[in-house]
Amino acid sequence: MTSSEENRAGFLAIELDGAGYENLAAAVLAAESAGFHVATFKDTPEAGRANALQRAAFAGPVTRTIAVVPEVDTVYTEPFHVSTQLASLDYVSGGRAGWIVTAAESPEAAAAVGRSFVQGGALTQEAAASIEVSRRLWDSWEDDAVIRDVATGRYIDVDKLHYADFETPADFTGPAYSVKGPSIIPRPLQGQLPVLAAASLVGEGLVPAEAVDAVLVTAPTPELLSAEIRDVRARLGASVAVVAELDVVLDARGQAAESRVVTSRQSGLARFVGSAAGLTELLDSLLQEADGVRLHPADLSVELDELSRVVLPELRRRGSLRAPLQDGTFRELLGLAPAENRYATTASGSGK
Amino acid sequence: MTRDIFQPSGQIQFGIFFQGVNSGTIWKAAESGSQTDFESFRRLVQTAERGKFAAFFLGEGLRLREHLGRPHALDVVGRPDAQTMLAALAAVTKNIGLVATQNTTYNDPADLAHRLSSLDLISGGRAAWNIVTTDNAWTGANFRRGGYLDHADRYKHAEAFVETAKRIWDSWETASGPARRVLHEGQHYTVDVKPLLPRSAQYRPVLFQAGDSPEGRDFAARQADVIFSAHPKFDDAVEFRRDIVARSIAAGRGANAVQIMPASEFILAATDQEAREKKDWVRSLQIGPQQAIAYLEQFWGRELSSYDPDGPLPEIDPVVEETSETRGSGFHGAKARQLADQWRAEAKDKGLSIRQFVTSKTARIDATFTGSYTAVADHLAEYARVGAVDGFNISPWLVPTGLDDIVNHLVPELQERGVYPTEYRGTTLRENLGLETPVRSTESVRVP
Repeated sequence: MTSSEENRAGFLAIELDGAGYENLAAAVLAAESAGFHVATFKDTPEAGRANALQRAAFAGPVTRTIAVVPEVDTVYTEPFHVSTQLASLDYVSGGRAGWIVTAAESPEAAAAVGRSFVQGGALTQEAAASIEVSRRLWDSWEDDAVIRDVATGRYIDVDKLHYADFETPADFTGPAYSVKGPSIIPRPLQGQLPVLAAASLVGEGLVPAEAVDAVLVTAPTPELLSAEIRDVRARLGASVAVVAELDVVLDARGQAAESRVVTSRQSGLARFVGSAAGLTELLDSLLQEADGVRLHPADLSVELDELSRVVLPELRRRGSLRAPLQDGTFRELLGLAPAENRYATTASGSGK
Repeated sequence: MTRDIFQPSGQIQFGIFFQGVNSGTIWKAAESGSQTDFESFRRLVQTAERGKFAAFFLGEGLRLREHLGRPHALDVVGRPDAQTMLAALAAVTKNIGLVATQNTTYNDPADLAHRLSSLDLISGGRAAWNIVTTDNAWTGANFRRGGYLDHADRYKHAEAFVETAKRIWDSWETASGPARRVLHEGQHYTVDVKPLLPRSAQYRPVLFQAGDSPEGRDFAARQADVIFSAHPKFDDAVEFRRDIVARSIAAGRGANAVQIMPASEFILAATDQEAREKKDWVRSLQIGPQQAIAYLEQFWGRELSSYDPDGPLPEIDPVVEETSETRGSGFHGAKARQLADQWRAEAKDKGLSIRQFVTSKTARIDATFTGSYTAVADHLAEYARVGAVDGFNISPWLVPTGLDDIVNHLVPELQERGVYPTEYRGTTLRENLGLETPVRSTESVRVP
């Protein structure tokens, strides 16, 4: 990128799994103060890991600008509960919620709930079905369904509530199911929460690109990320935002990053190992390609310190980072248009 | 032997049962706020904590109530998922217990136990589970399994579910693991899980249960820490206590092992006269003319909008054989025509109009404490003295200001009488309720 080209400003997300549940408030506040736009919460089964959606909910009221985005499984969960839990997360965070769709691939997850092990193409069918249920239920109350009309004694306008009437498609591999609706909670503040998923789950024959708002893109090395981002954009089209995934190990507290690598886990993501200055350069170039980058710090407290002291201020100075949204929604951060309601009975475009 | 003799604590505690929906919550008053905005929840829970309330309860919505085949339009409707909201409230509170109503029918034991453990850990040992069962296929239409459970099997199913959850919470050898594997093979589900979370500061979530049938009471006596009862009236409460003490002892637990907190509603003012006037106002807003007609329509199964709410009950008969299960009420399965005859006779007997009659059927008549702050405090002190209850679970009729007068005026009166806590005893719900720490079972399967 030459300086004559216009700088694209992107957003930065940080995975807060390292905070556990005991230091959650301090960690999410530190991430927000550092200027991160999004906090994500891992939910794959691991000893000591508390439910991600609840950790995100806890983080909601203690923060003002950062989006709170948990992973929520779609295979061994109840779609109706998932939908209402995520809608509730949107309420407790003031419209800053999102959803990283996952599809659990472990036989243990199946055994825990006494279901048959789901694998292969059936996984993306489960994910697609669960997303569709959530999206329909989120729309099942129109924005102006609550009317509180004392004269007629009506609290809601029943015409603005809708049955979701979801049924799994004919080619659904798992046990067929249906969800009636409407939701038990009014439409989320954002209308539709932004839905994110690994790029590997999305595309033709998988979860349809229209079902998601953003994908998480990974590559074997940082050098290969830019090309991968371009490939994914070409494959999924411009309507899907792209977030690059990066493991980060930094020189910190007098220790070289290389010496700290052994203590961090293998994730399969592109990994940056080096100085804060080097990471700044990498992020600057990645943000020219991607809409955002999600960082997975090797040790949250160590890396977050370096990121907030050195990396984010420099990226801000260069104009590569978007300003945090004051009273904004996660949809706005992603540049998404206000969500139209699929069931809307009123033709007017007011408020859209 | 003293374990078998009930010892009154001489104290009562309060919980808030935030319903937020249905006719008990007034939406027509100028002060009526949102029942879904987070700020309403924050204000209520922080007011409750200022008043040293033991617990904040949330109900569970599984399907919207319907009326003649469409969502019911006249009452407050729409509420958040309980555990998601409680996890958020954990961030803005320090001591109050956080109680999630969760059913055993449309949840999986391993998943629900994990989520309740999460809430317990995130809140520093303040979580509780209000165990409910549901069985109807109408609710099941929102869930993968659909309606699969027979009414007769619901307690059997629920008890196996609760025992599996307890084994999951028992599974960590020490606070840091390792976990024992938990296996369960039942009629309706199988579980094979290596639990992920350690015990919390209060060991495991506190268990509340609300069943009132003999079967439900025995279930509670075996499994629950606290019964969320339907018996707030003094004599009734004393009798219910006696019954639960007997059942607890029969179940091999101590006479004080199971606490009792009835559902209640408070309408208070500076004087008894003002409180009575306030009650008329509250009732008129809880059951408006349209709600009175709609209530009868649910049992008659037909439109009754041509009837005068201030006139007598309809002479025409119901068109349905059985009342609709979509109300989810205690009238489920009652023969509609028989019920209509009975109600017409009752209303005529008492000289009640449709609206008056419906108010008498729907308002929490027995559960309402109406009077001046001092008179109600005197009355509640009597409950504490004899140990009729361990506390009251209060449903505010106004959101979000519905606890203000209770906390500002009634709580200090009770504290003055020495029957209500002036501080939280500890940081966990179990400590604050004065419950014993559970004894770890040894029945789980050890990991090979």
